[in-house]
Amino acid sequence: MGKAFAVVLIIITLISTAVFITRGVHGIDLWLPVDASAHGHGIDHQLMETMYGSGFLFVLSQLLLGLFVWQAAGRGEGWKYKTFPGGAKPMVVMAIVLVGIEILTLSFVGSKVWASVYLSPPDPKSLQVDVQAGQFAFYFRYPGADGKFGGLHADKIDEGSGNFFGLDPRNDEAARDDVVVASLVIPVNRPIFLTLHSKDVIHSFYVRELRIHQDIVPGLMIPLHFTATKTGKFEIVCSQLCGLGHYQMKAYLEVMPEDQFEQWLKQKEAEQ
Amino acid sequence: MKMRHFIVTIVALLVSAALATLAVPPPAGGMITGKVTYTGTPPKMKPIDMSKEPNCAKEHAASPVLTENVVTGPGNTVEWAVVYVSQGDQGSTPDTQTVKFDQKGCQYIPHVLPMQVNQPIQIVNSDPHLHNIHPLPKINAEWNKSQPPGTPPLNEKYDKPEFIPVKCNVHPWMHGWFIVLNTSHYSVTGSDGSFSIKGLPPGKYTLTAWQEQFGTQTQDVTLAGSETKTITFVFKALPY
Repeated sequence: MGKAFAVVLIIITLISTAVFITRGVHGIDLWLPVDASAHGHGIDHQLMETMYGSGFLFVLSQLLLGLFVWQAAGRGEGWKYKTFPGGAKPMVVMAIVLVGIEILTLSFVGSKVWASVYLSPPDPKSLQVDVQAGQFAFYFRYPGADGKFGGLHADKIDEGSGNFFGLDPRNDEAARDDVVVASLVIPVNRPIFLTLHSKDVIHSFYVRELRIHQDIVPGLMIPLHFTATKTGKFEIVCSQLCGLGHYQMKAYLEVMPEDQFEQWLKQKEAEQ
Repeated sequence: MKMRHFIVTIVALLVSAALATLAVPPPAGGMITGKVTYTGTPPKMKPIDMSKEPNCAKEHAASPVLTENVVTGPGNTVEWAVVYVSQGDQGSTPDTQTVKFDQKGCQYIPHVLPMQVNQPIQIVNSDPHLHNIHPLPKINAEWNKSQPPGTPPLNEKYDKPEFIPVKCNVHPWMHGWFIVLNTSHYSVTGSDGSFSIKGLPPGKYTLTAWQEQFGTQTQDVTLAGSETKTITFVFKALPY
């Protein structure tokens, strides 16, 4: 019975490892989705290193566990394979030190990757887009022909007339040509600078393909910059439980070639 | 004998006249018709970006839905304005007929739904996805209900007169109005900006025209007998 358990344990380990290495079952890719950002490779590299390290340790410990179960099978209670030199205390200390070193090393290497994305200044020639999250939709704002964003006034928010941001076009000329849309449309290979803010509760701006996951905290204007390197349509989802409609809070990111983007922007400017 | 015959005839006539008044509604009475128009430049009707809900974006791909806060027509006419008797009302009858409010293609149909106090409202979701319906009253009780696709209609009513904006939190562009009135003498302007209020007994009335962005205007109208009077409400429009 004990030996059968050891065999099952090892079979489960081998099958799950095989599924992981062959990248999924029946065409469902369990690995990372396509990386469409300029900074994503650093994050992917970090994730893969963590995965290889912890994967190796997982397989090793499962196999050892199987081996111990096999050897202990049928030997009754009280049987010991071996005793750790010095007893349990040095074993726990050693485990803490080993795991600690591993986690600290990963954090140190990872913080460099994180800082290269979050602590570097945005390109001054970036395309700036203002992002507003609210229960339960994202809205995006481009500065229009004058290159200036209009001011925001919470009391002017009027969704029925399409004034999602609370602009004051009557008194604020800069606001008149602001382009407000429900999808984030950007040109490929051009630096993008987003300012994220929320009009009610905490939301999150999560785009898997951009390897970006940023909380949006009400009261803060959160800067975020990236460059998309692949054209396509990706999903932007809110990943902070923000209310009953949270599961429907999403928008689309469309990355287009530069000329197509310019054409799109012109069309939208004309609609304002 | 002749005298008795005469009295019987008179009584019969009176009784039948009384019965006729009870059975048949009062004669058509007066009518007030007219138009709601604007001067100046109204805000632009902008195409609504429904890209968040691909079902709806696809449905309206050929001709996008425009914002409905100010809907204008040829000849400076204004659609979706409500004209109603706000003072001096008489001869109003309560209405128990259910009014329908549909959520279709991520739009409220109709945009403005007039009704009387305590008149039943039936709210339907004709879309293949969830909507939440969230009217924002200040006098009546507030509620906010989710309506997944295929669920039975919601039945509601309001017991106090109020102009209530309606929104959907999932599709923020969706915007409508419940207009709860304590008169049966009301009319919503059509695409040509025209309204007509029928069945008004003779008297002096104050009519109010309401438009969600322009606000309200009033006019006094005196009806003598079953005449038809024509009036025009002119709102001042600003582009922003």
